[in-house]
Amino acid sequence: MIAEDIIAAIAPAVPGASYEASISSDAAVTPTIRVPREFIVATCKALQAPGLEYVAFSDVTAVDFHPNRAPRFDLVYHLVSPHRRARVRVKVGINPQEAIETLTGLYPGAGWPEREIYDLFGIVFDGHADMRRLMMPDDWEGHPLRKDYPVQLRKDAQTYMPLQVTEEEFKANLERDRFQRGSAKPK
Amino acid sequence: MGLETDYEVPVLTTSAEFMIQWARRSAIWPVAFGLACCAIEMMATGAGRYDMARFGAEVFRGSPRQADLMIIAGRLSRKMAPAMRRIYDQMPEPKWVISMGACASCGGVFDNYSIVQGADQVVPVDVYIPGCPPRPEALIYGIVQLQKKIAASKLDQTPKVRIA
Repeated sequence: MIAEDIIAAIAPAVPGASYEASISSDAAVTPTIRVPREFIVATCKALQAPGLEYVAFSDVTAVDFHPNRAPRFDLVYHLVSPHRRARVRVKVGINPQEAIETLTGLYPGAGWPEREIYDLFGIVFDGHADMRRLMMPDDWEGHPLRKDYPVQLRKDAQTYMPLQVTEEEFKANLERDRFQRGSAKPK
Repeated sequence: MGLETDYEVPVLTTSAEFMIQWARRSAIWPVAFGLACCAIEMMATGAGRYDMARFGAEVFRGSPRQADLMIIAGRLSRKMAPAMRRIYDQMPEPKWVISMGACASCGGVFDNYSIVQGADQVVPVDVYIPGCPPRPEALIYGIVQLQKKIAASKLDQTPKVRIA
């Protein structure tokens, strides 16, 4: 199925969206379509419908085109249809101050890849239940994979680890462990 | 030190300090702590061909409570630094640290935001081993250098608390 066929199949389900088939060297394996930012959730819902069945979420990543292009970033979603053994690549242009709707409602597996993009590119996903950094320390400043990030920065190494639970949670964990070790079962 | 042969059983006399430091340097047990590709060389050093057991340092302990030596084998990322400091703090005194390879010593080729530019920012290092990665011979040489350092140090020179 080439990109034009996929666009023809999903266009009726998403009124108002203007799709564009994108040229790629691997188009025979992975056709690529460009989607406007506002329509990403509706588009993915249409891609999950019978006939296309792109129900598996492979990955989402981002590309920074700074300073050559506006919109600055491309979000690149890879979706898989296990039933048809087909793949599709969905590209969305986005600027740094803009936000995009999360896909975790349709694909629960999108949670961590979206956190990774937020961590490294600073793109915010609206509606994400847990929009924290994934790789860098929680109190890190800046987003390292942006092209204007000072890669060779000098900074003192952090030698302590902040407590990752509150004091109440810490005590509750101790209580729970004590019950599990002893003969008494927690009620 | 001398060998006394005037008695029924030969007696070796020496100072308590020499005896204690001999015991310490002859069984330097490292904590099993590998960070990157240098750890592969570290494993090779412990295995049969290079046989770190010849120098009493082959017993890689799974718990820092039983270890004397930490071999920082690989690049230390900023997120790993607190964990490594915690493991170091859990090791009982006396303890020593070997910084193995270019990355642990100065950041190596990873001159970027995510790698600590020298593990001595986090823990005090006794011996630095150059190389990328160092061959097992180099690591053994480093351990022998550490043994010489221990042999030359006085008992009261072992500090109770060390801060990097």
